[in-house]
Amino acid sequence: MTKYWSELTKGIVRENPLLVLLLGLCPSLAVTTSVQNGIGMGLAATFVLVCSNVVISMIRNIIPPKVRIPAFIVVIASFVTIVDLVLHAYMYDLWKSLGLFIPLIVVNCIILGRAEAFASRNSVFLSFLDGIGMGLGFTFALILLSSIREILGNGSFAGIKLFGESFEPAVLMILPPGAFITLGFIVAGVNKLNSRKKKEGE
Amino acid sequence: MPEEKKQVSTKPAAAPEKTQETEEKAIALKPLRFSAAPHLRDADNVPKIMWDVVIATLPAVLAGVYFFGFYAVKVLLITTISALFFDWAGMKLLGNRGSLFDGSAVVTGVLLAMNLPSSAPWWLCVVGGAIAMILGKQCYGGLGNNLFNPALVSRVALLIAWPSAMTTFYKAGNIFSQVTAVSEPTPMGVMKVEMMSNGTVIAAKGISIWDMFVGNIGGSLGEVSGLALVIGGVYLLLRKRITWHIPVIYVGTVFLMTGIFYLINPDKYINPVFHVVGGGLLLGAIFMATDMVTTPVTKSGMIIFGIGCGVIAVIIRLFGSYPEGVSFSILFMNALTPLIDKVTIPKPFGAIKEVANG
Repeated sequence: MTKYWSELTKGIVRENPLLVLLLGLCPSLAVTTSVQNGIGMGLAATFVLVCSNVVISMIRNIIPPKVRIPAFIVVIASFVTIVDLVLHAYMYDLWKSLGLFIPLIVVNCIILGRAEAFASRNSVFLSFLDGIGMGLGFTFALILLSSIREILGNGSFAGIKLFGESFEPAVLMILPPGAFITLGFIVAGVNKLNSRKKKEGE
Repeated sequence: MPEEKKQVSTKPAAAPEKTQETEEKAIALKPLRFSAAPHLRDADNVPKIMWDVVIATLPAVLAGVYFFGFYAVKVLLITTISALFFDWAGMKLLGNRGSLFDGSAVVTGVLLAMNLPSSAPWWLCVVGGAIAMILGKQCYGGLGNNLFNPALVSRVALLIAWPSAMTTFYKAGNIFSQVTAVSEPTPMGVMKVEMMSNGTVIAAKGISIWDMFVGNIGGSLGEVSGLALVIGGVYLLLRKRITWHIPVIYVGTVFLMTGIFYLINPDKYINPVFHVVGGGLLLGAIFMATDMVTTPVTKSGMIIFGIGCGVIAVIIRLFGSYPEGVSFSILFMNALTPLIDKVTIPKPFGAIKEVANG
């Protein structure tokens, strides 16, 4: 039981794909200008990650090792297409603001990385838990990143204005440098947290 | 023991009894101590250098106070106090070594204030100090480890974050009559707007060169008076805190390049003297591009640095969308400084050239 629990929770902080493994930086830095975008991107990636993890784990024994990467990409791309079409049909605004970054989930390092490093070696149920944990960790990191950027750069949280008229938002935080600065500080904080935990464990 | 030493020794033909004798003598005279270089020290230290820079900024600071009155005093005080506080906070937070009283935070604070418009609201000054110290200095490991000039990092971050607050300049008055909060564009701003809209520089030509040299123009509170900046620069040169290379070559490159454009088409490009005294060039060249930490150490490196700064600043001023390119050019060349140092490293006397892939 503890094993299942640890596979599920490792993605949240300990092996957080964005903040510790530093995977999937490109979409993270690009779309986190508002909290809605962050949540949308995180959940879309989580759905693809869970589905692809499960399917790849199911067919892991029949994929010839030499062509495993193209096979993974085909599986991932199928689910990304589903997400793309569903968002286009039912959540048009989100689809428009995420734009090119939805098709780009196909080449998101987190998803391919989990397929290669985890799903192709573990049972279906473990891969499912791993996908959920990693996906939620990614979503959590995106929400954190996008909240800080939106509050400082736009004075709002999820579109709701937080401050009065006199507040002058720092446009810098919405622009690409703001993404790097914020991510840098969050990663530093997580590293500090993890190293302190390790020290306590010893 | 002597037996072993002889075996280890690489000198083959030394007479054994003589070596022993001199060794014993040396030991008797003085215990041999080893230490890493440097072995020759003078009485210079970080606080002395930093306070000298503070003294050198005084003429320009006083000029800023004269032209912008109370507004300039407010910006200077808040920015410097903020820089001191966040330098201390950054050291505590990140565990960096350093002293609050070595003057480096005061230098950064004053230089940052000189880069701010006199209209800057108090929160802009506080945030500026925090960005300079935390992001520009302590994140890199504290004094001496930063890649970029902290004051310029902060200035550019503020410029991108709050473009309107950073480009609203009060009209220069003087401290004896009341300074009014009427905004006035900088000479560079006037030139840029005109160039972009009609491709001419007639209005910019109307601004008196003397006013620009003395400082009776709109602009950041430390950049307006070329005269005061040059006095500060001469003081630094006389105290040997800077060498002439970077400032002279930087200003020279700008003068030469803009001069060539002026000769090609005097209707479209303004004369080179305007470029030297009209913007932040003198402030940048004398105080920012000569920062010991973030600029090359070799003479040839300094020359490359100065030329690079000049070329980039002119390209931004003439063809970019920003009216002023001095801070960007210095930051860009800061990033290249480690490379420049590596390329221009002097050959030690008598060194043999290394065989490639040896």
